Amino acid sequence: MAPPPEPASTAAPPLPPAAPPLPPAVVEAELEEELHLPEAIPEAKRPRVRERVGRARELFAAPFASIRRRAKIDEATFEALEEALLLADVGLPTTERLLTPLRERLAAKALGDDPDALLEALKQDATALFAGEDRALHRESDTTSVWLFVGVNGVGKTTTIGKLATFEKAAGRDVVLAAGDTFRAAAGEQLELWGERSGAEVVRGTEGADPSSVVFDAIQHAAAKGAPLVLADTAGRLHTKVNLMEELRKVRRVADRPPGKVTEVLLVLDATTGQNGLAQARQFTEAVAVTGVVLTKLDGSAKGGVVLAIRSELGLPIKLVGLGEGAPDLVEFDPEEFVGALFD
Amino acid sequence: MFETLTDRFEGILTRLRGRGRLGDAEIAEVLREIRVALLEADVSLEVVRDLLERIRERCSGAELSKSLTPAQQVIKVVDEELTATLGGESFKLTYASKPPTVVLLAGLQGAGKTAAAAKLARWFKQQGRHPLLVGADLQRPAAVEQLRVLGRDVGAAVFSEPTDPVAVARRGVEEAVRVGRDVVVIDTAGRLAIDEALMREVAEVSAATRPHYTLLVVDAMTGQDAVRTARAFHETLELDGIILTKVDGDARGGAALSVKQVVGKPVAFVSTGERPAEFEPFYPDRMASRILGMGDVLSLIEKAEREYDEDVAAKAVERLRAGRFSLEDFHEQLQQMKKMGPLQNMLGMLPGIPKEVRDAGIDESQVSRIEAIIRSMTPQERDDPSVINGSRRMRIAAGSGTSTSDVNNLLRQFKEMQRFMRSSGMAGALARSGPRRKKKQGGRSSSRKGAGSRH
Repeated sequence: MAPPPEPASTAAPPLPPAAPPLPPAVVEAELEEELHLPEAIPEAKRPRVRERVGRARELFAAPFASIRRRAKIDEATFEALEEALLLADVGLPTTERLLTPLRERLAAKALGDDPDALLEALKQDATALFAGEDRALHRESDTTSVWLFVGVNGVGKTTTIGKLATFEKAAGRDVVLAAGDTFRAAAGEQLELWGERSGAEVVRGTEGADPSSVVFDAIQHAAAKGAPLVLADTAGRLHTKVNLMEELRKVRRVADRPPGKVTEVLLVLDATTGQNGLAQARQFTEAVAVTGVVLTKLDGSAKGGVVLAIRSELGLPIKLVGLGEGAPDLVEFDPEEFVGALFD
Repeated sequence: MFETLTDRFEGILTRLRGRGRLGDAEIAEVLREIRVALLEADVSLEVVRDLLERIRERCSGAELSKSLTPAQQVIKVVDEELTATLGGESFKLTYASKPPTVVLLAGLQGAGKTAAAAKLARWFKQQGRHPLLVGADLQRPAAVEQLRVLGRDVGAAVFSEPTDPVAVARRGVEEAVRVGRDVVVIDTAGRLAIDEALMREVAEVSAATRPHYTLLVVDAMTGQDAVRTARAFHETLELDGIILTKVDGDARGGAALSVKQVVGKPVAFVSTGERPAEFEPFYPDRMASRILGMGDVLSLIEKAEREYDEDVAAKAVERLRAGRFSLEDFHEQLQQMKKMGPLQNMLGMLPGIPKEVRDAGIDESQVSRIEAIIRSMTPQERDDPSVINGSRRMRIAAGSGTSTSDVNNLLRQFKEMQRFMRSSGMAGALARSGPRRKKKQGGRSSSRKGAGSRH
């Protein structure tokens, strides 16, 4: 197993830092201010989780709303809560982990009789799961930092890299993209188009080339021209394929050779993923020491609740959230907002 | 595939098999465990509820049978209900009397539409058709390029132009008529079910091309959202079937059950790997028996038939039945199996393969080594390995570039395999199934009894 990356000497998050905890009834304008947005992206256009997902979820029955309308807290309330969490893909073990202490508090008569208060307590517990997570995207100043993007097929790795490249270039930082997905037809072309859009240089190999060599070349190129960061794409792979995971380990090893240094290994996860997301996180972490999760496609109707399970069982931080197809639609993960949206 | 679900059911049902009779308490326990298993496999909550209710009703004594033990009966009920939920019957494709037959693929981003389109084209070619792929995904950068490359790989022509999706699709069908292609597969952009503009666009593509079949491409790893997505697409497009992708990993199956139940249309195809050949029609009854830990001898046989020399197969089955399966047969089997794709996939389809073996991850180079060892044996040795003594062992090791312990290992494993095949009644199962599956109740329940006795 690859060693976890050492704490970076400088942690300069390219994305705005997490907003400090806000009261639940935060007005939108306040929150916008907390996100220190780069000049390139007009603040007004910066999307927020609840605004994006709101559209999606209005269309469906809101299970939590019916809980609020209950007159008292009883077993049926808990059953409804359990269902609501399961529907959000939180999964049975984590759902039980969240509900058991509340049941105990109810039994000890420490909960009162107000379903709203119960929901608030649950929200707090869920948000607390993410307390203390390191959401910064690390880089080291005197080497070429490498952020490696891994995940199963079709989760949005290439798109995420394209968006981050746009962000980095807009912030005036040079970045090189490594087209390490040499397997999927036209994956290189897709990254190339993002390179054109963002103005970032793309280093490609031939189709079927060893991805390690492409990443290696990109690092050499970045070092030579003084670009401080390489965003390395990899081919989507199912975490059950032993040989492909082995290939990924090699990519990581090679990328960690000076002048390169792997400072982030980001697992890209599709919000529609169910409980299999946990298996993905576990296997990828074991193979390449994942440092954080990027949750994509949260603008659909899926709630991405599996990250609660990933956080609580594996302790991985959730770092970024994808809320749409445009470059500005990639934002820093905000537990408060995420949990709020989950419980809408 | 579908390992978690299979494993869980194996656990529950192994315990059930040991019981003489089932009371309400046992049934409740079984149902609880089935619920956990189904939820862990991402079967949607509403489908789980429905399924459990039906299983409960039928298990509560209403249909007591004299010929089956209660445990067998629960297995039968769960199997039947899963089968019913999974589809009841398979997807049937009828070609349009006036070609081309138009197939439209839709789905969320990243579900695997483009790959599925190419695989479907390959499948149509195997059926003796002449497919045209139409790239109407003008949204994702390089999606058309991807389709072109894949089309070249599977030997299917690709049509696209940088206009708009509706025009591309319409012109694609016209082009098929012009160049005499009899099947058109249209790849569309991935879209969120809730994106009204894009849903309208795909509806327009549909209206312009009047597809004979509209298939929803669903990622097998999808969670509870599968139901909402499927429902939304069904309302817009009137789906005819589902293509389930990425079923070659672990812990999935839920999406298949859910989507089928909600849309009421069968899963038509499953995509079982990244290679173009790893794509096959979906058989609900087979899948249910796979979920129940019966493996899927039937899919295996059909797959074998397609890419397999029938003479060799018939000979092997004959020898299996006679209990005379030699290393020579084994060698031939290995050759044939290599044609069928990664061994890992094959293992998942066989019944009674322990979880540890399935999860072990097969080193394909190991297979080459085994082949080398067998090739270094004389015909006599292959036929009767018991003649292999110390000096023969050394000769074989030297000839195959392996060590005597490698040779010993192979011989030991082979012996165990022979024993396993005899005890599992696999020879009987293979022989019984014949070239095509016959829906015979007797055959099914007897193989189930066989499974019971294994545990």
